Amino acid sequence: MSKFRKSGNKETPAISTASLPDIVFMLLFFFMVTTTIRDVSLLVSIKTPSATELTKLEKKSLVSYIYVGPPQKQFIKTYGTEPRIQLNDQFAKVSDIPDYILAERAARDEAEIPFMVTSLKVDEFTKMQIVGEIKQELRKAAALHINYSSRKADKVK
Amino acid sequence: MRKTPEIPSASMADIAFMLLIFFITATSMDVDSGLERVLPQMPPENQKQDDTPPIKERNVFSVLLDANNRLMVEGELIRIENLKEKTKEFLTNPNNSENLPETKETEIPILGSVEVTKGVISLRNDQGTQYGMYLHVQNELVAAINELRNELATTKFNKIYANCTGEQQDAIREAIPSRISEAEPKTIGGKK
Repeated sequence: MSKFRKSGNKETPAISTASLPDIVFMLLFFFMVTTTIRDVSLLVSIKTPSATELTKLEKKSLVSYIYVGPPQKQFIKTYGTEPRIQLNDQFAKVSDIPDYILAERAARDEAEIPFMVTSLKVDEFTKMQIVGEIKQELRKAAALHINYSSRKADKVK
Repeated sequence: MRKTPEIPSASMADIAFMLLIFFITATSMDVDSGLERVLPQMPPENQKQDDTPPIKERNVFSVLLDANNRLMVEGELIRIENLKEKTKEFLTNPNNSENLPETKETEIPILGSVEVTKGVISLRNDQGTQYGMYLHVQNELVAAINELRNELATTKFNKIYANCTGEQQDAIREAIPSRISEAEPKTIGGKK
């Protein structure tokens, strides 16, 4: 009489997959809640500089973005390699910025306008000339609150 | 009554996976953060250039950045690693030295009487300065101010600035103002 019988031809039961959809749905909901849909496709390539004294952009709905950097590979033929400004989904000139700011303002509630922030996503190797021009335009448009987008670093190299 | 046949749920997982993959690829998770600054207001057009009152030389901390990303502070070339210390020294004036800015005793609620510096940081960059370098300098200047605020908050309230209440933060901001003025860019050094 042995308690431990050889379980020779007993097969391991298949793992039940009935709960698999539930698990996947849970993941799905997690991603849907935590993320925001990417709204623009970048036409310029940007590697933002690193910094230590960062503030988070709290309300994404109140942020308007200005991208500056050299055009991406497929646009080099038409736009060259010099840094360009991108507003929404297209290349723009410095003089387009006031109109862009006005359009961004018109899209928001009037009560929210004072809290709007302009985020400048500028490539590290851009010359300051273009950034200075953008800043002047923003001052003219009275969009004074800006945020120089940068990556978190413990120490700037 | 006839029983309705059960809907097969074997493909449910596949459908959910498809949705999941779509959402993962279509979204960005990165939290946007950056260096926050407030631009000065555009001066009214009828204002004359010389309307602003003159600021004493000792109260100005001039930071110049040229087209070759060289940094000149108060007339001498320095390395960026030393910028933060220099800025802190300028803003605190620990030895009441003659060529560092004056301080003015001010009564601030909660904190009491504090020596508030009259110093202004003047940052000027060249048209050809690299943006990365410019931001690095800005970062060091903001870091100096933040460190001073943290030090004050720790001695007065025993916690760092970010953890203080709004009232305390206002008081500290008044004691250590962040005055960074940016001049209109000019061409300094280097060929254009």
